[in-house]
Amino acid sequence: MFTTWKALIRKDLRLFFSNRRALLMSVAAPIAIASFFGYALGGSGNAEHSKIPVLVADQDNSAISKEIVAMLAASKELDVKPSTLDAARAAVRKGKAIVAIGIPEGFGADASKAFFGGAKPKMEVLYDPSHSAEQAMVAGILTGEVMQAVSKETFSGPTGRKMVDDSLKRLEGDSSLPPAQKQALIGLLRSVRSWNDQNPGDSGQNSTGGLTMPYEMHAKAITSGSGVRYNGYAHAFGGMGIQFILFVGIDIGIGVLLLRQRGLWKRYRAAPLSRATLLGSRATSAAITSMFVLMVLFGFARLVFGVRIEGSMAGFLCICAAFSLMTAAFGLLIAALGKTPEATRGLAIFVTLIMVMLGGAWVPAFIFPQWLQSATLLVPTRWAMDGLDAMTWRGLGFSAAIGPIAVLTFCALLFGVIAVARFRWEES
Amino acid sequence: MLEAKALKKAFGSVKAVDGVSLRAARGETVGLLGPNGAGKTTTVSIVAGLLRPDSGEVLIEGRPLGGDTDPLKRQIGLVPQDVALYDELSAMQNLALFGALYGLGGARLKRATAEALDLAGLADRAKDKVAIFSGGMKRRLNIVAAMLHDPAIILLDEPTVGVDPQSRNAIFENLEIFKKRGKTLIYTTHYMEEAERVCDRLIIIDHGKVVADDTLRGLYRLVPATNLLNVELDRDIDGAALEDLRHLPEVKSAKMGGGVLKVGVPDLSAGAPRILAWLAEGGHSFHHISSERADLETVFLTLTGRKLRD
Repeated sequence: MFTTWKALIRKDLRLFFSNRRALLMSVAAPIAIASFFGYALGGSGNAEHSKIPVLVADQDNSAISKEIVAMLAASKELDVKPSTLDAARAAVRKGKAIVAIGIPEGFGADASKAFFGGAKPKMEVLYDPSHSAEQAMVAGILTGEVMQAVSKETFSGPTGRKMVDDSLKRLEGDSSLPPAQKQALIGLLRSVRSWNDQNPGDSGQNSTGGLTMPYEMHAKAITSGSGVRYNGYAHAFGGMGIQFILFVGIDIGIGVLLLRQRGLWKRYRAAPLSRATLLGSRATSAAITSMFVLMVLFGFARLVFGVRIEGSMAGFLCICAAFSLMTAAFGLLIAALGKTPEATRGLAIFVTLIMVMLGGAWVPAFIFPQWLQSATLLVPTRWAMDGLDAMTWRGLGFSAAIGPIAVLTFCALLFGVIAVARFRWEES
Repeated sequence: MLEAKALKKAFGSVKAVDGVSLRAARGETVGLLGPNGAGKTTTVSIVAGLLRPDSGEVLIEGRPLGGDTDPLKRQIGLVPQDVALYDELSAMQNLALFGALYGLGGARLKRATAEALDLAGLADRAKDKVAIFSGGMKRRLNIVAAMLHDPAIILLDEPTVGVDPQSRNAIFENLEIFKKRGKTLIYTTHYMEEAERVCDRLIIIDHGKVVADDTLRGLYRLVPATNLLNVELDRDIDGAALEDLRHLPEVKSAKMGGGVLKVGVPDLSAGAPRILAWLAEGGHSFHHISSERADLETVFLTLTGRKLRD
């Protein structure tokens, strides 16, 4: 029996390795795509982030508006270019700019007054609706810069001095306010004037004035350890590995259907072989092939892109083995449920791509809506993906691998049982 | 050696095999003859253990053939109708795999593989991929692949489909060798000439039922006239004279068409002189005469009322 088992596995591996085109597709294609995705997702952590292109139409040309434009231009996240409002609108419509900011005439003066209850001026922010995330980011930066520029000018610049003097005169002649409130506001404005008198001619020259954020943010990427950078290639190679190994699973299933079509299945069935030998040997060779592809992919990622197994190596290998087994069972399931190779291939590819997408192999699952994130826990590829992430760049221990290993092994058993139950042993 | 008893197999409402029984002794070649869809392949599939019959049983050496792993299956070698080989593998790799299916390994497998390649005339092409073989070479390899484990019974399901005459002869030579080695051959075909050439006994199947089971000679006895005398006349014989001819005791049938008189006679040595004398007496001159034997097509037509290739 072992001779037969060995011969069947040897034959499958021989067929796999003799088909150079298929081998190339199983190994080179995922390497190429994963390299691209890895680079796009931040690479090894050394790549510069691209800046968001922003057009600014300053129709005010006040000290405040100039200060806002200067602050935006100094931002590391933005690539600011001056424009007119019409040109900026046209550029956003054509997709040539993501966000455009229109600062209307009189914005500086109106914004200063608005500090003390005047009408609020409107700043126009135009954006490409396909880039709402970038728009939100620009809006956040803009809010901070406007607050700082306006408050600085209000409390220390010429505009602010004039505004304080005017407000004092108006208050002193105002009889509508209760005396206590009137005295408090007059006191506040006199204090501001006194401050201004002690710090003359500071407007626009010193960027440290005005209201600033009352805290500093210290962002820190949490990876497997201090000094270890996030490596986008780790996720990309895991994702593409999963996708292309599932394609190997499809080939395994289609291969069985082709055996039937070519009459080879009759030779197998005519021999005194158990069903366990026939399907088991097929599953074993499929698992070996899948494991081989995963090892080649991660070996390449290690050598070329420095992807390391920062977590448990045993956990990583067990997840790879469990996923390979699941792929083998998935292949048998295709063989059991499929009718003809032609009809089955398209459907199997569709199902695989859905599984891969929901598993977070293309884009991380956290960008999905919450309900979808919960739903994807039913998809085995999600567990494989999370497990590989955990063992590679997250650097978690073996305990984090137990869940994925258990789920993938369970899926392998489930697929295997259904495949054996539904397998057509007789041909009509 | 091999016996199938009252095999029945239906696929849905279609009765593919409906009570087929057959026997084949050691060294005997039994042909299963019938048109496409008659039930030949289904019968072979049941005998090979590929299909479980709805009823009936297959006995090998008196023992019923059991499930998937029954060692009795080692007594059977199956040559499928399709060329069941891996194009991507070499001839030797194919044979090594099929030998391993029956547990052959090591020196025994090497010996069996070499012998099979020799038998197929492919020893010098052993390491070539099957993909580059001609149709005939593939067919020959397809046959010897069933012989590696030295089975006593070989089931050949239409082994010459799509084969050129030269390769067909090579296949027949192989079959002769198998017969000399005492193998029992079950040979399905819808080619009458092959059945006549290869088989000791013929089982004619139609619509899943056995309509005749006999030797070639025995089957010919089933038709009214085993010989046909063709006489090319200078002018046609009229209907009245033809009716007169049909009344001769040596004549079974007579018809005129295209200047040729076709007369069916059970015994050529008695019938031919009598017919020629009748023609001379009637003043019917002829310029060519020939005879032909009734063939299996005639037998099939007689038994089923339709042609074999319908």
